[in-house]
Amino acid sequence: MQCAGYPEDKLRSLADRLPCRETQVTTLLSLMGEPDQYSYPSIFIYGHRATGKSHVVFSVMKDLELPYTFVDCVECVSPALLFHRVLLAFFGPDAAASLPRCPSLSDFVRLYKQMSSKTPATQTRFIILDRAERTRDMDFSLLPALLRLQELVSDNVTVILLSQVVWEKFRPNTGCFEPLLFHFPDYNKADLVQILSRDHHPSYTPELYASYINILLGVFFSVCRDLRELRHLAALNFPKFCEPLEKGEAKESDIHKLWRNIEPHLQRAMQTVYLREVSSMQWKEQQMDEKETTTPRGLSAHAHIELPYYSKFLLIAAYLASFNPARTDRRFFLKSHGKIKKTNFLKKHEKTSNHLLGPKPFPLDRLLAIFYSVVDSRVAPTASIFSQIMSLVSLQLLTQIGHDDQLDAPKYKCAVSMDFILAISRTVNFDAVKYLYDFL
Amino acid sequence: MNETSSVSKGCFVFKSASRKRKRQGVDGYMGDGSDDNGKDRFRICQDLRETVQQHTEVLQDQLNKKVLDDLVQFIKKHELCNSSDVRRQGAREIPTAALMLGVNVPDHTMTFRSLCNLLQESVTPFVVSLHAKGCATVKFLIQRVLEQLMGRGMALDEEQDDETALHLNTQCSIGDLCQWYNSVKIRPHRILERSIKPEVKNNGLYWSLPIVVIFKDFEAFNLQALQDFILICSQYTQELPLIFIFGIATSPITIQHRLPHSVSSLLCIEVFHSLSCTQHLACVFDKLILTSKFPFKLSSRVIQVLIGIFLYHDFSVQSFVKGLQLSMLEHFNSQPLSVLCCKKQEALLRAKTLSQKNVERIRHLPSFMRYVETQEPQDQVLLLTSDEHVKEVCQKLLKNLHKYHKNYYPILQCLYSLTSLLPKCPMGKHIRELHVTCNEKNVWEMEEYHSAMQLLRILAKDELVAALRECAGILKSANTKKMQNVLKQVDEFVVRLEELDNLHTEDLPGDDVACSRKDIQRRTDLHYLQKSLLEKESRKTRKMSSFEILRNEVLQYIDELVREYLTPAELQPLSEVCYYSSSGVLRQRLNAAPRTSIQAALSHPFHYLQNEALKTNDGTVSSNAPDLCIIYKLHLECGRLINLYDWLEAFVTVSSATEDKEADSEEYNKPKNLKNACFIQAVSEMEFLGFVKSTKQKTDHVARLTWGGC
Repeated sequence: MQCAGYPEDKLRSLADRLPCRETQVTTLLSLMGEPDQYSYPSIFIYGHRATGKSHVVFSVMKDLELPYTFVDCVECVSPALLFHRVLLAFFGPDAAASLPRCPSLSDFVRLYKQMSSKTPATQTRFIILDRAERTRDMDFSLLPALLRLQELVSDNVTVILLSQVVWEKFRPNTGCFEPLLFHFPDYNKADLVQILSRDHHPSYTPELYASYINILLGVFFSVCRDLRELRHLAALNFPKFCEPLEKGEAKESDIHKLWRNIEPHLQRAMQTVYLREVSSMQWKEQQMDEKETTTPRGLSAHAHIELPYYSKFLLIAAYLASFNPARTDRRFFLKSHGKIKKTNFLKKHEKTSNHLLGPKPFPLDRLLAIFYSVVDSRVAPTASIFSQIMSLVSLQLLTQIGHDDQLDAPKYKCAVSMDFILAISRTVNFDAVKYLYDFL
Repeated sequence: MNETSSVSKGCFVFKSASRKRKRQGVDGYMGDGSDDNGKDRFRICQDLRETVQQHTEVLQDQLNKKVLDDLVQFIKKHELCNSSDVRRQGAREIPTAALMLGVNVPDHTMTFRSLCNLLQESVTPFVVSLHAKGCATVKFLIQRVLEQLMGRGMALDEEQDDETALHLNTQCSIGDLCQWYNSVKIRPHRILERSIKPEVKNNGLYWSLPIVVIFKDFEAFNLQALQDFILICSQYTQELPLIFIFGIATSPITIQHRLPHSVSSLLCIEVFHSLSCTQHLACVFDKLILTSKFPFKLSSRVIQVLIGIFLYHDFSVQSFVKGLQLSMLEHFNSQPLSVLCCKKQEALLRAKTLSQKNVERIRHLPSFMRYVETQEPQDQVLLLTSDEHVKEVCQKLLKNLHKYHKNYYPILQCLYSLTSLLPKCPMGKHIRELHVTCNEKNVWEMEEYHSAMQLLRILAKDELVAALRECAGILKSANTKKMQNVLKQVDEFVVRLEELDNLHTEDLPGDDVACSRKDIQRRTDLHYLQKSLLEKESRKTRKMSSFEILRNEVLQYIDELVREYLTPAELQPLSEVCYYSSSGVLRQRLNAAPRTSIQAALSHPFHYLQNEALKTNDGTVSSNAPDLCIIYKLHLECGRLINLYDWLEAFVTVSSATEDKEADSEEYNKPKNLKNACFIQAVSEMEFLGFVKSTKQKTDHVARLTWGGC
């Protein structure tokens, strides 16, 4: 890797530390130019999660000792924090402190100009914004201004935006300065093997670790290409892989034997750890004591919720109200409804399953009317019935539509699944399917 | 007051004299004031209430102990991981405990309070607890965290107070928290010094004190805020040893529903279950109601109301206890004889010094009247005439009542331990159901009891022995003489049953076995099998083995015990003193029906206003009633659409009905505008209450929103 203006040994170590990203590093360096040259005002780097965007940029900045500031936009709940960070990094705490309470963009530009006239940049200054998609939500003028910051402050400064979203989704409708687009492609399988093999265990040979990585990727590559996740899984399952070696049951060359040992284990890991059903801590503990064959129950094993009796019926009523057309209530809940055939009173759009369309909102009155006809005993409309509806909302089993302060006729939607409702109605001996229009 | 005249103009504050009056209230609250023991009742009630409160708190702590200890272990484990620095660069997982607490969110407050205290005492002073309400955005969320952490540290350093306050307002980020945490590391606060145990300090783990963030109501948190917060925190895992605790009301799966994989992969989640609310209630019921410790008792009806509210409505143990306390208050307030509802010695003393009024009240108690009827004629006369005699008898009866309670609960528990073994639990799954049935009527006359007894008669030996052993365990803790005798008897049964084992193993009637085997082959149906066994039992044609004889003897004895001790409380003389029974009042108080009360207020204004002038016959309305009531009454007679003009006319007629009679008054000539204004105001109030609404179907009409009428 050759690039004018930067010390060669540092470039070499950089290339060592960033495997499989040589072309990206070279392009980036050539975009940046020599340190004292003006660089392009803004560079937009995009690519999937864990493709090394931040890592590459960060390493380049750090190793080459360039003046930079690295800001994660998730952290910047307001533009003020962003400005503060930038000024702090470039001009020290005094500059940052002189920001007004609620700084506007022009405050920032003014301060920046003031400061940079005192200490003009000898090298290109870099502002790196990670998760730049968040800037879209802040101030509509922030992003366009950042893109041409160089021009605004007339200083040698370059803004690098990092994002998982493509530029097309950023472009404001008022138009803006177009940054240089720069794509980081995904790692392919060979790349992943190369990268993952680098963190091999000191007490085993690198070849063994490489073969382990190959086995691991054989299992996981089809579902997950996220380097971070794979690295985590590799570290987590390696002790199990080494177990036969430590016991002396196999030698390092017995790859097949080791594979037979680890394969089912990895399959299990895919169903539990990868989905975070079981925490990595529990997984590790479980590996320690192998005698315990039962896996700890994952998160989704406890789907059951205990509810008060009337809450169950309220939830069932809400479900019925959400998935039945209001016109059919007569048929389901009136004693002498007469015979109405389904085909007769079908409207065209109702022919598609309501369950495919998702829950529909319903008013409180309808919920209560269905509730009273569904529940088997006589219930007085007491305050606790109403408060139960509210607590169902706060448990996110119902969702309130519209504004909170709509006291008049609040509308709700049922937010639980069919299976959940069937499980609940089984506990109260209620046949919910009989009352659902879709299953008539 | 005249001394305050002053040359200069100014304000003078006079402390209000009404303070004394407020303090006197106790007497006024309790009873009609003419009673001299209102104060005593208030005091007894207060004491009882406090003891109940203490008991529940202690109980809660005991019940939560396990899950809280587990949590502390979890945090300590992760603390160790942090300090020994085994964390890898790649995986930045934040240890997270998902604490399952059941659907009643208000009940969680107490658990979280004790959790916070426990953590602060034993693990780390840095505990933050967050409510969803104040954390609508990430900014507020971070602000809360910083406030709680840094505010606590700064409280001791007065000089920094202003600075931090300013600091917090302008900007807050986790970066600041990092700086603060590092500064605390370098210059430990005194608060830290004090709260950390010396052994921890010596281990050198001092600097890795974790920061625990508790999300009290996970479901209610804004998704975006929570996700962002987790993302931000994951950036700082190297510097800040953060640990999260999610308080989850529904089920752990909600974490996956609410957090995308990219966020949940940053957490290392472990699930902790607290005791389910029904188990919790069972414990509370055991400790507060099924005990002779408290003189105050609930009748079966009241228990049913409280349990009903719990099971049907809220699943809240807190409100169950509140209901118990409320019924206590109601009881001491409404029943003057509740002075006698206290510890035995005290009650006997009080019985000696009963006032004449109270003696008269005792004579009118239904249970006492029943008692009088069973006495000899001359005794009856004495009881009805001599106050002194009543007082003496009263003492005796009170003693009996206390004894009854002391014997009742152990026997109830024994019966429960026997019947809960049976298939399908004919006497109820929970001891509270058994208690309610026993309290309501003679349990031995019930169908369920008979079937339970019949099932017990075919119990296998080892089961019977185990059940009897359990009974013996229960009886050991009861310390009355009678219960000791029962215990002896039960022990003897156990011994005899065990001896049977050694003696008569070989002489089983062989032909009988063969016969029954044939039967079994023929009828594999369980129901038939049971029936045939029961039939055989009743026929008694075959010779009974010695075990069967003994078993019958045991059950005979148990039946006798039940008949002797499990009599309904209502039949006990003077039971009204201790038992609160007005379930209707309690239901009205605890399970309020807003609609019913609005309707009652509108159709019977006397009910709430208590003004004699408003008293009317059914179906009529007094012209003195508030305008709204008149309007309501009139609107009941209309159809779906109400003509406003007709309504107004009717209103004017009704409201001026009495004024006609006193025609001379100038009220009669009350300007019509005033009437119109009254009418309009009342109609808009009706609209506000939701009885009518304006409609565009017809001009000058409003639509009725309730059904009924013509």
